[in-house]
Amino acid sequence: MQAVTPMPSLEQSVAVPKIGLRDVSKRHGARLALEKITLDIPASAFFVVVGPSGCGKTTLLRMLAGLDAASSGEIRIGDPTPGHPQNAMVFQGDSLFPWMTVWDNAAYGLKMRHVPPARIAEVVGHFLNKTGMYGARGLYPYQLSGGMRQRVSIARAFANDPDILLMDEPFSALDEQNKVLLHEELLRIWEETRKTVVFITHSVDEAVTLGDRIMVMTAGPGRIKTIVPVDLPRPRNVVELRHTPAYGELVYDIWAQLREEVDRARSREPGGGA
Amino acid sequence: MSGTGSASVMSDRAIGILSPLILLGVWEVCARAGIIDVRFFPAPSNVIKHLIEMIGTGDLWRHLAASLYRLVVGFFVGCVPAIMIGLAIGLYRPVRAAFDPLISATYPIPKSSLLPLILLIFGLGESSKIAMVAIGVFYPVVINTAAGVRQIAPIFLDVGHNFGASRFNMFRTVALPGALPLIMTGVKLGAGMGLVLIAIAEMVGAKSGLGYMIWNAWELFDVQTMYVGLFVIAIIGFLLNAGFDMLERVIVPWRNR
Repeated sequence: MQAVTPMPSLEQSVAVPKIGLRDVSKRHGARLALEKITLDIPASAFFVVVGPSGCGKTTLLRMLAGLDAASSGEIRIGDPTPGHPQNAMVFQGDSLFPWMTVWDNAAYGLKMRHVPPARIAEVVGHFLNKTGMYGARGLYPYQLSGGMRQRVSIARAFANDPDILLMDEPFSALDEQNKVLLHEELLRIWEETRKTVVFITHSVDEAVTLGDRIMVMTAGPGRIKTIVPVDLPRPRNVVELRHTPAYGELVYDIWAQLREEVDRARSREPGGGA
Repeated sequence: MSGTGSASVMSDRAIGILSPLILLGVWEVCARAGIIDVRFFPAPSNVIKHLIEMIGTGDLWRHLAASLYRLVVGFFVGCVPAIMIGLAIGLYRPVRAAFDPLISATYPIPKSSLLPLILLIFGLGESSKIAMVAIGVFYPVVINTAAGVRQIAPIFLDVGHNFGASRFNMFRTVALPGALPLIMTGVKLGAGMGLVLIAIAEMVGAKSGLGYMIWNAWELFDVQTMYVGLFVIAIIGFLLNAGFDMLERVIVPWRNR
């Protein structure tokens, strides 16, 4: 596995990337959260970001979503396909509106975009079926388990039919069985739609299972440590995949890279040893 | 264990119904036995008899209708601006900066002490009574609505922005429903406060209403009518609460029960 250095400029890359960052930095007050991120993400890539806690992963994603502005540098995102929103985010933790049913939550983006009701019914029905939540469409979030809520959250993002899907540790709160099932569902839907995905996780297993390319970030301030391509064949069977030597090797490599950063992050914590 | 839970809910309800009945029974017995002074504490059976008489003559209905009219109109006059201002305070910093000190400064003033001023401004007619109710309703609703908006988790605002909600839709799909459970709490408190204030307002400068009826009964030393008035006000308070609880179940169906 060789590390790929980020492409130097948009002009030199063959295809125009969907997302391009040039020297993007972000400060939170006096603290530098992200430092000089330069990065290209091609269209239809499943791009995964791993890094120790507090390395600015979520900040990076929020800037791509337009929820935060960069302190310096430039973020270029390819024009959305006409009639589609540029991005939709699957948030970390509970983000379903407690006051809406499963159906209304999943339909939210389409309603905000004034899509005709017949089309909304079709699309929302489709993705609730895909995520196995159609039968629960009349329930409120408080009536659902954590795994079911996260499935609705994914359906909401996919139903909005964005060019780019931004996923912020969407499965971190779930147990292992639910996680594997949702990985399979996510891969199945993604392989059908081939949207550009930027997926944040702290799990190396999850990163290798899902991603085309994995970016490892340094402990704060977040910088790009390395970007590792994942050449595992698709479509992937999540359980089978984990048996293959190539998978184990990748996980080991990335862990080794990440390990250094986790240790560095810990040594800086108050009372942290090592 | 749900079995024990529902059983204890049942027994709570039984106690809730029994305890006032037992109190009335003890009162009745004491009044008849001459243990308590019936000039001040007439037997409940006599009060009920008098209540039925007053229904017959139409007196009770006249006073009840006058009070309910003022209560309902005053409720809406106070409630609607309170919800709108409360939402604006919760959503927009400058509005909060402008209104917060005003509300914190005027909130502790006992609303009943405003009655003379209100009479001065609005005169002895209906509008002064309506204004008193509206003031009583306004404060709990505006304070709870603003608090309701502010306790909405920031992630819901992020979701609204990320999915392209317009300013109006942020209001309609996030701020209003997110604040609704606390708005309902404020509305219930406000309705209770309105009831307190209408009784007080009608005691001074009114010729109708339950408050007037009670005050007039004191002047005539008609203790039974006084008790009828108190009893009817208690029933209104109880029904208001039960009604708002039902309304809450309909418009806040997501509140985890």
